[in-house]
Amino acid sequence: MNALIFLILFPLFISLLALLLPKDMPGRKIIGTFANIVLCAVPIYLLFATLEQGPAYFRLESDVINIGMLVIEVLIAAWVIYYSVRSKRYLTVLLMAVQLITMVGFEFSAGHSIQVEHSLFMDKFSIIMALIIGIIGSAICLYGFGYMPEYHNHHPEVKDRRKFFAFLMYLFLSAMFGIIFSNNIMWLYFFWEITTICSFVLIGYRDDKASRDSAFRALNMNLIGGVVFSFGIVYLFISSGTMELDKLLRVDRGLALLPAVCFAFAGLAKSAQFPFSSWLTGAMVAPTPVSALLHSSTMVKAGVYLILRVAPVMENTVAAKMLTLIGGVSFIVTALIAISQSNAKRVLAYSTISNLGLIVACAGVNTEAAIWSALLLIIFHAVAKSLLFLCVGIIEYKLGSRDIEDMDFLIMRLPKLTAVMMIGMAGMFLAPFGMIISKFITLKAFVNSNPAMAIILAYGSAATVFFWTKWMGKIMSIRHGEAEVMEHKVSNWEWTTLGILAVATVAVCLAFPLMSFYVIDPYLREMFNRVPVVDTFNVLIIFIIMLGLLIILPLGLLYYAFINKDYKRVGTYLGGGNIDNITFEGAMASTQPIQLRNYYLQKYFGEERLSNIGIFVSLTLIFIMFGVAAI
Amino acid sequence: MNTIQQMILSWGMLGKAVAFVLLAPLVGGLLSGIDRRLSARFQGRYGPPVLQPFYDVFKLFEKERIIVNKFQDFNILLFLVFTIFSGVLFFIGADLLLMIFSLALAGTFFVLGGFCVGSPYNHLGAEREIIQMAAYEPMVILTAIGMYQVTGSFKVAVIAQSQTPLILYLPGVFAGFLFILTIKLRKSPFDLSMSHHAHQEIVRGLTTEFSGPTLALIEIAHWYETVLVLGIVYLFFGFNVWLALLVTLATFIFEIFIDMNYARFRWQLTFGSSWLFTAVAGVSNIIVLGLVK
Repeated sequence: MNALIFLILFPLFISLLALLLPKDMPGRKIIGTFANIVLCAVPIYLLFATLEQGPAYFRLESDVINIGMLVIEVLIAAWVIYYSVRSKRYLTVLLMAVQLITMVGFEFSAGHSIQVEHSLFMDKFSIIMALIIGIIGSAICLYGFGYMPEYHNHHPEVKDRRKFFAFLMYLFLSAMFGIIFSNNIMWLYFFWEITTICSFVLIGYRDDKASRDSAFRALNMNLIGGVVFSFGIVYLFISSGTMELDKLLRVDRGLALLPAVCFAFAGLAKSAQFPFSSWLTGAMVAPTPVSALLHSSTMVKAGVYLILRVAPVMENTVAAKMLTLIGGVSFIVTALIAISQSNAKRVLAYSTISNLGLIVACAGVNTEAAIWSALLLIIFHAVAKSLLFLCVGIIEYKLGSRDIEDMDFLIMRLPKLTAVMMIGMAGMFLAPFGMIISKFITLKAFVNSNPAMAIILAYGSAATVFFWTKWMGKIMSIRHGEAEVMEHKVSNWEWTTLGILAVATVAVCLAFPLMSFYVIDPYLREMFNRVPVVDTFNVLIIFIIMLGLLIILPLGLLYYAFINKDYKRVGTYLGGGNIDNITFEGAMASTQPIQLRNYYLQKYFGEERLSNIGIFVSLTLIFIMFGVAAI
Repeated sequence: MNTIQQMILSWGMLGKAVAFVLLAPLVGGLLSGIDRRLSARFQGRYGPPVLQPFYDVFKLFEKERIIVNKFQDFNILLFLVFTIFSGVLFFIGADLLLMIFSLALAGTFFVLGGFCVGSPYNHLGAEREIIQMAAYEPMVILTAIGMYQVTGSFKVAVIAQSQTPLILYLPGVFAGFLFILTIKLRKSPFDLSMSHHAHQEIVRGLTTEFSGPTLALIEIAHWYETVLVLGIVYLFFGFNVWLALLVTLATFIFEIFIDMNYARFRWQLTFGSSWLFTAVAGVSNIIVLGLVK
């Protein structure tokens, strides 16, 4: 239990330290590095210490804590209301007020009668999440040390609130640990709200109009989720008197279904599924570490975490089918939209929503195979996506643009970074790497229960291949002549993080049978009393491909790059009118440079049209989900 | 675990793998020769000898290596390696889905090879190749799903030995697969990224900057691919070996016939019609099967 409390309180302590220590103190970054190492080490320790154990529940005398949380909640709500009145955002005021009244009223009328046996708990799923938050979260913070000074160099107009930024980042991690270890739903809700507020402030860090708009949109959408969450809590307590996550699964289905649907709804909002997808794409205005954090290890993963936790309650109901479909719609529509985007961060954002959609769909199916692949998806996605975000963050400052169309010849300008980025992209969609393994398993999980989902997956993966491949092709095209290498300007903080994550992307793929055997299987045995049978032969083949790539690729690249061969070199073919390799003779003896552009198929996969369809369909599905849960 | 190890070590599987690696190019090359001969006849020409593709490839290997940049050949090598690997997976009876993903990996390397050169014609060819990949990918996956629904397994070995006539359960899926087979075999009207017939275009899309031995590798990879996709056609009729072989050959001739009768489509039409046809034929078939079972 001490380890859990430590994981919640330690980042909080670091965040306060970050706020209090002066900005130019020499030891600041060393303290931060040390803190990050601790944050990585403790979840790993937890993993090995409890390898043989089942779930553990802990009792914690909670009166004082409850009151403390309530006070903090009220203070935060008061601040949000004050701030939104000042910015004339009355919807936010309304949502916050409803939520505040619900929770405070509930606490005063029923607070004394709530009996919570176990406030904290830990099982294999929590440990997986803790590892993701600890390792990836702190890696992103490490990257921030190098990134933030550069950010302020590039944006002199943004007020330097670096201390505040570090405070929020670590506070976020603390709240995330709180979410995954809370068994008391009231506590979970408290930490849930903290992440909402943190993301609000972080998205608005730049404090200009665009970022304020995005921040308020994120806040509003998550507050809608929060309001429904609080209704769910009140309903759950009034109908069944339960306030614990593990007991929720044992409550009579008729009573627990509606609260479960409410919680799942909050999860949908947090994980940016349709109709809430726009807050995540808007969140791109924030500094890169924030988007990386929101997308990979925290915020959105909290959403799917909660959905996966309550999914067993909904098993085999119409509500679960609706949840599956919402996930499916989000998966395919955002994958299609991603084809039409040329802004690198938006492509990443849509790909995030798409992958989360798949996880939500798996939660709706809720068979042992589906949950198995959902957990693998969470792990693989967190690693590869954080890596990609951080790469794009660096590219943005080196090239002065985050548009994919400006990333021509990136491999010549930032060779090492491009190599790292290729690993991340391969991790997202190529054969032996994580995401495709999970998709492979997901497909098998869907085929038996829900052929419609298998079809969605078939189309969706085609779209995924489309947008990743053309981006990949863009960055690795090579031009004749020399290009300025700009890599020396990347700080060591950033390199370290990228190195850790790139190695992790490969390592999680190699280690996935181990993870499955020691961590995921025990969890599934707990939930379903059985585990999916993995075809060892298939695993073997995946390993052969993986090892093949790991051996062939570096050797081949070395062979082709460094062993000089006296092959005849020619220029590219330009219809016979070459002047040199990048210009040709056009009409009327004009000199035309060549330009290579990708297809984006705006007409077919335009953002606006497809999002509207997605929102419409998913809203309908959500209403059906609540409808069937209420009757 | 032990049984699986024995299976892998068993000579049968290894033998099949070796047989595929050695025989597939012979069969593929021969088919390509028949293709050229037959196409010529359709057009009222006499056509080259059936063994011409082999002569071509041998000749290509003797040519000088001419390159634009250092890395373009490597991608093509990987394309060949992973195409062969996918074929091996298929013919030793491994998982159909895994084979599909491995083939997609091979295809990706081919596309990256095209992008990496940095030439406008190659670039366009590569973009179009991606569009083609996206066009056929859903139907390929649906084919695997359909076969799973009928036989209860994704294993090629199980599907091939199934006594159920798959074609009776999967007529729509088969029709859909025939449709995208045209893309896979690089036949008109879907030969956007590069035409199967070198004489049809002056600048041959994705392969513009590849010449000599590397072009030969692309050709050989295409032979392997041809055998592989025709193997999938075989699976639909796996209950009767002779019927299956006959239909497979008939399918190939049918594709040549289509090739001769169509001009190239625009990419919009290629992409749209593939997805639509996949939806109409494949998806409806799968859903009906799902409801019946």
